[in-house]
Amino acid sequence: MQDVFQGAQAMFIIGSNTTEQHPVFGTMLRRAVKNRNVKLIVADPRKIDMVDFACLHLQQKPGTDIALLNGLMYLILENGWHDQVFIESRTEDFDEFKIVVKQYPPEKVSKITGIPVKQLYQAAEIMGTIKPMAIIWAMGITQHIVGVRNVMTLANLQMLTGNMGIPGGGVNPLRGQNNVQGACDMGGLPNVYPAYQSVTNEEARRKFESAWGASLDNKVGLTATEMIPGILEDKIHALYILGEDPAMSDPDSAHVRHCLEKVDFLVLQELFPSETSRYADVLLPGVSFAEKDGTFTNTERRVQKLNKVIEPLGEAKPDWEIIKELAMRLLSRQILTPDSPYAGWDYENTEEIMVEINSLTPSYAGITYARLQNGEGLQWPCPNTDHPGTRILHIGKFARGVGKFAPIDHIPPAESPDDEYPWVMSTGRVLYHWHGGQMTRRSEGIMKVYGSALIEVNPDDANRLGLNGKQFVRVTSRRGSIQAEALITDRVPPGMVYANFHFPEASANELTQAVLDPIAKIPEYKVTAVKVEIV
Amino acid sequence: MTINITFNGKAIQVEPGQTILQVARQNEVNIPTLCYHKDLSPTGNCRMCVVEVKNWRFLQAACVTQVTDGMEIETHNEKVTKSRKLSLQLMLANHPQDCLTCEASGECELQDLAYEYKIEAPGWGTKGTRYTVDSDPNPFIRVDMNRCILCRRCVQACAEIQVRNVWGVARRGIDEQIVAGADTTMLEAHCESCGQCVAYCPTGALSNKMSYGKGRRHQIKKVPTICTYCGVGCQFDFNVKNGRIIGVSSNPNSPVNGMALCVKGRYGWDFIYHPDRLKKPMVRQYLLDGKTKPTHYDPKCPDWGWVETDWEKALDITAKKLGQTIDSHGPNSVGVFTSAKCTNEENYLMNKFSRQVIGTNNIDHCARL
Ligand code: SF4
Ligand code: SF4
Ligand code: SF4
Repeated sequence: MQDVFQGAQAMFIIGSNTTEQHPVFGTMLRRAVKNRNVKLIVADPRKIDMVDFACLHLQQKPGTDIALLNGLMYLILENGWHDQVFIESRTEDFDEFKIVVKQYPPEKVSKITGIPVKQLYQAAEIMGTIKPMAIIWAMGITQHIVGVRNVMTLANLQMLTGNMGIPGGGVNPLRGQNNVQGACDMGGLPNVYPAYQSVTNEEARRKFESAWGASLDNKVGLTATEMIPGILEDKIHALYILGEDPAMSDPDSAHVRHCLEKVDFLVLQELFPSETSRYADVLLPGVSFAEKDGTFTNTERRVQKLNKVIEPLGEAKPDWEIIKELAMRLLSRQILTPDSPYAGWDYENTEEIMVEINSLTPSYAGITYARLQNGEGLQWPCPNTDHPGTRILHIGKFARGVGKFAPIDHIPPAESPDDEYPWVMSTGRVLYHWHGGQMTRRSEGIMKVYGSALIEVNPDDANRLGLNGKQFVRVTSRRGSIQAEALITDRVPPGMVYANFHFPEASANELTQAVLDPIAKIPEYKVTAVKVEIV
Repeated sequence: MTINITFNGKAIQVEPGQTILQVARQNEVNIPTLCYHKDLSPTGNCRMCVVEVKNWRFLQAACVTQVTDGMEIETHNEKVTKSRKLSLQLMLANHPQDCLTCEASGECELQDLAYEYKIEAPGWGTKGTRYTVDSDPNPFIRVDMNRCILCRRCVQACAEIQVRNVWGVARRGIDEQIVAGADTTMLEAHCESCGQCVAYCPTGALSNKMSYGKGRRHQIKKVPTICTYCGVGCQFDFNVKNGRIIGVSSNPNSPVNGMALCVKGRYGWDFIYHPDRLKKPMVRQYLLDGKTKPTHYDPKCPDWGWVETDWEKALDITAKKLGQTIDSHGPNSVGVFTSAKCTNEENYLMNKFSRQVIGTNNIDHCARL
C-alpha cells in the first residue's frame, strides 16, 4: 500500500469503493491525488466518493468489466502504448491474447458498457502513457460469475503495460475482512494446506502427514458455498462454524436457512447470537479481538501482532483454546504416529502455535513473535529469521516463471433485467458498518449516524416512481423481497439500486442468487435483477 | 554540501533546506511548539517556536524559517522567552480555567507549556465563556471551542490526512473561530467521523465522547493492537483503566496507518461490552436429555430451549456428536467454517483440526463473500 501511495503516477480503481470499504487506504489514495497529482481513473457503475478525486469516471454497466478492459487494451495496442520489452522478456501467449482483444473495438465496447467512446480513448491514453500505474480492486471485481476471469483480465492489462512487479504498479487486491489473507495463508481453504500447498500434491500431503502423524484425505474438499446446499444432498451432516454468519452473509438467505435447519448437528463458536445461531445445537462463547493474542495478516501480506488487552468477559474463552479443547477430546479416536513432531495439541499459548506454523509454512518461516514485538510487522514471503520480508511480489520474475496472457471474452451476467424485474441491484458495504453488522450494529455511536438499512435510488427513478423524501420501498427479486427506506441520490445511475447487507431485517442477501463463479465459487452479488415499488 | 551556522553560540554544520526547528530537534534542543506537528504542513501561527536570528528585525517562527549559510540563531534567550510567555498569556486569557475537569489534562500541550513557562492566566480576557460547551451533535466527537487556541491543526489534519476539509476558520480578530463547513454541524459538513482532528488537537477543544470522563492519561495503560474490521490492518492503542477499555488513541508508530484511523477502528469498539455477548456455553435441551434432534425448528418447542452449561459438558457433547457423525457418515460428512475474523494461529488450528482430527478437507471461510 505504501508503494502505491508513494510511487504510483497513475491509479486505476475498479470494483473497489475504497474510501468506504478500506477507509484509511482510501484516504491515502486521496492524499496521493491531492499532493502528488496522481492521475486517478475510477471505473464503477456508481458515483462513489472516490470519483470526486478522479480525472475520469468510467460508469460501466454492472457485469461488463471484461468488455471494458479488453476495449482499453485494444486501444493501447492500436496506439502502440504496450510495453514490448516486458511482453517479450517476461510473458507468454501474447498472440492468442491479442486475437481476442482485437474483437473489442471502441464502438462495440461502448455499446456493451454504456461508456462513451471518447472516455475509452482518454482512459487508454492515461493507462498507456503514464507509468507506474497501480490497479486497485476489491469485491466489485470478484463477486461476479466471471470473477476469476475479471482478475485475469486485470493481470493482462498490467502485463501489457509492463506494470507488474514494479513499485507503484501491480494489481492490488484489497481483501475484505481483516484476516482473509491470513485465513487463506493458513489453509482455511478446501484445496490447500498452509502456504497454498495443494492437498492433491503427493509430496505436500506426505509432509503434513508426517508432521501431524495422521493419514490425510487426498481429495479437494467442499467450499462454503457447496457445504450448505450439501446438507440437503445428504453430503454434510455436521457443521463446525467459527465466527461466521452464513445465514446472513451467504446469497439467497432463505435457502441457506432452509438448509441449516436440516443439518444433524451444528456447533457455532461466536461472540453474539446471530442469524445462524438460531439453527445451532451448541453455542460456544468465543472472544473479541481485544481478549486474545495472535497475529493478523493484512491485505499487503503484512503479519502484525494482536495483543491481549483485557481478560475474556464472563466465561468466554479465546477461540484457539476452544479449538484445542475440542481437538484434545476427539484426538483419542485417531491412530496417530506418536513420534511425529506436531501430532499433539498441548499448546500453552499462541506463540507455540506460531512456532509450528513457522516450520510448516515456508512463506511464514521467518515470522516469529520476537520479531513482531517491535510493532513493525513483516510481509511474507519471509523464508527465514534473517529475511526482512517482501514488500513487492514478482520483481524481475513471476512466481511461475513467466507471466501468462489469458485470452478472455466478455460473458453477460447470469441474470439480466427483463420486463418483470427491470432493475439491476448491486450490493456492498457502507463506511459506518461492517459485513453482517454483528459488531457495528452493537456500537451505539455508529447506530446514531447510520441506524437502519437504506436503499439508494437515482433521483430520476425516484421521480418516475413518485418517491419523495423519507419513504419505504420494496425491492423484490426472483428469490425474495426486502423493505427499507429509500435514499435518493445520484450516486446510483438510473435503473440501478444499491443495497447493503448490514441489517438482518432488510438484508440484500434475501434477494441475491447463489450462482457462483465456476472457479473461485464466489457468488454473484453485484448483479441481481429486481423490481422496485413504493410501500 | 553543508552550510555553517551558529546555534546557541556553537558553530555547527548542517544540511541546507531544513527549518530551524528541524535543526534544533536534531541537536536535541527543545523549541516549544503548539501548532506544529511533524505530519502536517507548518503554518507558523502560534508563535511558540519563535527564535532570534542575528540581524533579522523580528523574531522568526522556527517551524517555517529555513537555515541559511552564516545564520546565528538563539533559541532560548531572554527576548525569545519573553515573547513565548506573552503568546501563552494571550492564549490563556481566552482559555477557560477548567483543567480540573478537562479531558485533555495530563496530555494537553497548552497545559504543559503553561507549566514549563510558569504562566498563570492574566486577570483579563474572556476565559472561555463564549461558546456552547459540547456544541456538536456528532456522536463521537465532543466539541468545546472555548478551549480552542486556534492552532489550526484540526483544519490541517482534516484537509491533509483525511482530505475532507470539514474544519475551517471563520471571522477575524477576537471573533476568530474554528467552524465546521459554513458554520454547520460536522456531519452536515461531510465529516466521516474518523477522529483525525481529535487525535491532532493539542488541547481539550476536541475530545472523544465515548471516553469522556472515563480516565486521564496517568490513569490508563496503552496497549497496542490491530483493528478487527478491514484488511488495511491499522494499528492503534487501546486505553485501559482498571482492566476495562475506555477508548482508542492513535499510535504514531503504526507502520500502515500512522495516526490515521477510520470511524470503525477508532469508535466501533464498544460492541466488546454489548450485553448480547455470549458469556457461557449453551446447548439445546434435547441434547441434555439425550433425545434425538426434533425434525423442525420451532422456537416454542421445549426441546429447542437453550440451556447454559459449563465448558466440560458443552465440549463433551460437541465432541461426542462430531465423533458419531464421523462414525456413521464418514469424515467428509463434517464441514468446517473457519473465520477471516480470527487470528492466523486460530485459522491454522482450524485447518489442522479438520484435516488431522476430523480427516476432511471440507474447510473454508467467507473470504468469497
Ligand atoms: S472527524 Fe475526520 S472528517 Fe470529521 S472533521 Fe475530524 S478529521 Fe475531518
Ligand atoms: S480545535 Fe484544537 S486543533 Fe483545532 S484549532 Fe482549536 S486547539 Fe487547534
Ligand atoms: S481503522 Fe478502518 S481502515 Fe483501519 S483497519 Fe480498521 S476498519 Fe480498516
